[in-house]
Amino acid sequence: MDAMNTKRQEDAVNKMVQNEIKMSGKDVCVSYGEKQALFDVNLDIPAKQVTALIGPSGCGKSTFLRCLNRMNDTIDICKVSGDIRLDDQDIYDHDIDVVELRARVGMVFQKPNPFPKSIFENVGYGPKIHGLVRSKSDLEEVVVKSLQRAGLFEEIKDRLHEPGTGLSGGQQQRLCIARAIAVSPEVILMDEPCSALDPIATAKVEELIDELRENYTIVIVTHSMQQAARVSQQTAMFHLGKLVEVDETDTIFTNPSNQKTQDYITGRYG
Amino acid sequence: MVVMILGILLGVAIIAFLIGRARALTVAGEQISSLHSRPSYHGGYLAIFSTVPAFILSLLWAAFSKRFIESSVLGNFSNQLSSFDVLQVQTFLRDVRTLAANQANDASQVILSTQGEVRELAQEAAGLYASQLSSANNLLSVLVVFLVLAGFVFGYRRIKVEKRNRHFVEKFITLILVACSAVAILTTIGIVFSLIFESIRFFQKVPFFDFLFGYHWSPQSAFESAGGTSLADDNSRIFGAIPLFVGTFLITFIAISIAAPLGLMSAIYMSDYASLNFRSIAKPVMEILAGIPTVVYGFFAALTVAPAIRGWGEAIGLSVSSESALAAGVVMGIMIIPFVMSLSDDVINSVPQTLRDGSYAMGATKSETIRRVVLPAALPGIVSALLLAVSRAVGETMIVVMAAGLAANLTINPLEAVTTVTVQIVTLLVGDQEFDSAKTLAAFALGLVLFVITLCLNVFALRVVQKYKEQYD
Repeated sequence: MDAMNTKRQEDAVNKMVQNEIKMSGKDVCVSYGEKQALFDVNLDIPAKQVTALIGPSGCGKSTFLRCLNRMNDTIDICKVSGDIRLDDQDIYDHDIDVVELRARVGMVFQKPNPFPKSIFENVGYGPKIHGLVRSKSDLEEVVVKSLQRAGLFEEIKDRLHEPGTGLSGGQQQRLCIARAIAVSPEVILMDEPCSALDPIATAKVEELIDELRENYTIVIVTHSMQQAARVSQQTAMFHLGKLVEVDETDTIFTNPSNQKTQDYITGRYG
Repeated sequence: MVVMILGILLGVAIIAFLIGRARALTVAGEQISSLHSRPSYHGGYLAIFSTVPAFILSLLWAAFSKRFIESSVLGNFSNQLSSFDVLQVQTFLRDVRTLAANQANDASQVILSTQGEVRELAQEAAGLYASQLSSANNLLSVLVVFLVLAGFVFGYRRIKVEKRNRHFVEKFITLILVACSAVAILTTIGIVFSLIFESIRFFQKVPFFDFLFGYHWSPQSAFESAGGTSLADDNSRIFGAIPLFVGTFLITFIAISIAAPLGLMSAIYMSDYASLNFRSIAKPVMEILAGIPTVVYGFFAALTVAPAIRGWGEAIGLSVSSESALAAGVVMGIMIIPFVMSLSDDVINSVPQTLRDGSYAMGATKSETIRRVVLPAALPGIVSALLLAVSRAVGETMIVVMAAGLAANLTINPLEAVTTVTVQIVTLLVGDQEFDSAKTLAAFALGLVLFVITLCLNVFALRVVQKYKEQYD
């Protein structure tokens, strides 16, 4: 009886931890010049879980993702309104330093984009610019650890000083993930990280995402229903710039409440 | 004559093209899709067959017919001309040509360089020359008409549904492209060889090492002693090229140390910082700057910058000559800024946005991104842009003539007057010169050395670029 109680308590605690909100968007609207891309999106990102954003092309899911670390700032004509919070702090506030924000919210892109430098320098890039390491041996430690966490170290430990662009596509993408986690972010945003990879490399990256969930909050944009189902705990469905439905992944895929979601995940359109 | 034929052939080509296309459509009948090649390929096929053989014949004719006729005329008069030397024969031929061209006019009115007996002989020869020329032209016309007709009939009969004329036309186009590149390459090789041969003649008069490592350059003294016997000793003392090369590299160095940082920085500003509106105005303006003739920069250097530098120098107690390497170098640097900027801007822009995004997403600032990601990725392109700028600076003449003077001082003091290789080449070849004097030939030797140096520079740069490319791509 006691054991059962403890178990129940643990479950409750787990549930609470799971429900802790890492990031939240409230009434987020985004427009590129005249064209509005997002309409009043309200979405909470739970901590240490994988949130998948799905929806047909052009539905605004990547736009939303890029709001979360203010990558849209680099596009001149892009205007963001609404309230986006990281640990209850408005990230579009004037006091917020975008450099610090991006150190806390890392990003992995659709196409692997390693810098034209060695593997070591690629991973060491973030720690160096943020001054996270004091000495060369510290840097080495961070680089090796990040590569290990990204599951890449064993494959490439003999060629750390060869160019990162010489790796295969899947390895490059894992290198980009290693680069992102080298600055110990709290949130990792992934914009279709597997769309340029073959099935085997995809499986490896998915496995990695699942492991990373232990330490990081992850938001992933994906076009693959199976991928969303495999790696995420929460799924949000976007359509034409609006958030159609958000729920636990199991619920979305077994019993969606919205007809559009139902149609999309069963492949009837989109 | 040949020009007229070429014009006619162009017309023939167009007509043959239209006929060929129509023929293909007729052959195909209802089912146009049954043709292996589109009708326009058949048109091209017919046009090629009708005109290309005649075209080649006309070109060969233009190149060789005159020489052939002249030697046959000379052959006819070989007895009378046996006492002539080469120069006299050439004069004679020139007269014959003049007379033949002016046959309609009264022969006595034509101005000739020969008189008396020779003149009569020339008139006689001119008659023969003119008649041979006209019969040659008639022959050419007949041959051309024959070739056009034969080619047309041959091609026309071979337009069939299954005929693979597309391949033929495509191959022909490849051939034309190859021919064009061959002309460009062969011309370059020709120029290099002419440089080499003239230089060898120069080095027969002036020892190679005296030229390359001599400290004293004053070819004017060669002119002074031109009437007499200019001794090899003299020559080796006055043709020392070191001051010229030192001057060239001094000015180039000044120019590049101004143009490289300014050009590169403005390129970075243009590509990564400037707003789209500013960029759309500023870039064309900079490219217009690149189009200002160098002689205008020359005025600017000689009339504004050089006196200004002199004024400043005197104000702080330095002696500055009125024509200084510094003035020429500064203005030359300003001249190549747009050049460096435009090229580097293109290179920096071609670094993919995904790399920048990757860096920004790591929390890097704009300047960190540019310094650590964009510039290293763009480095090969930037190096080649700078090398092109160096080549321009080395080859620049006008600004130096106007601002740095002609005095071949061996100095690395930028406040003194210096001169450059290109300027000396110009001064050596300006005016009436005997073509085989050491002074004139020195220009070729200077050109050759300059060519070798820039070639080495380019090869070196290519190596650098290659090395980084291997590392970075």
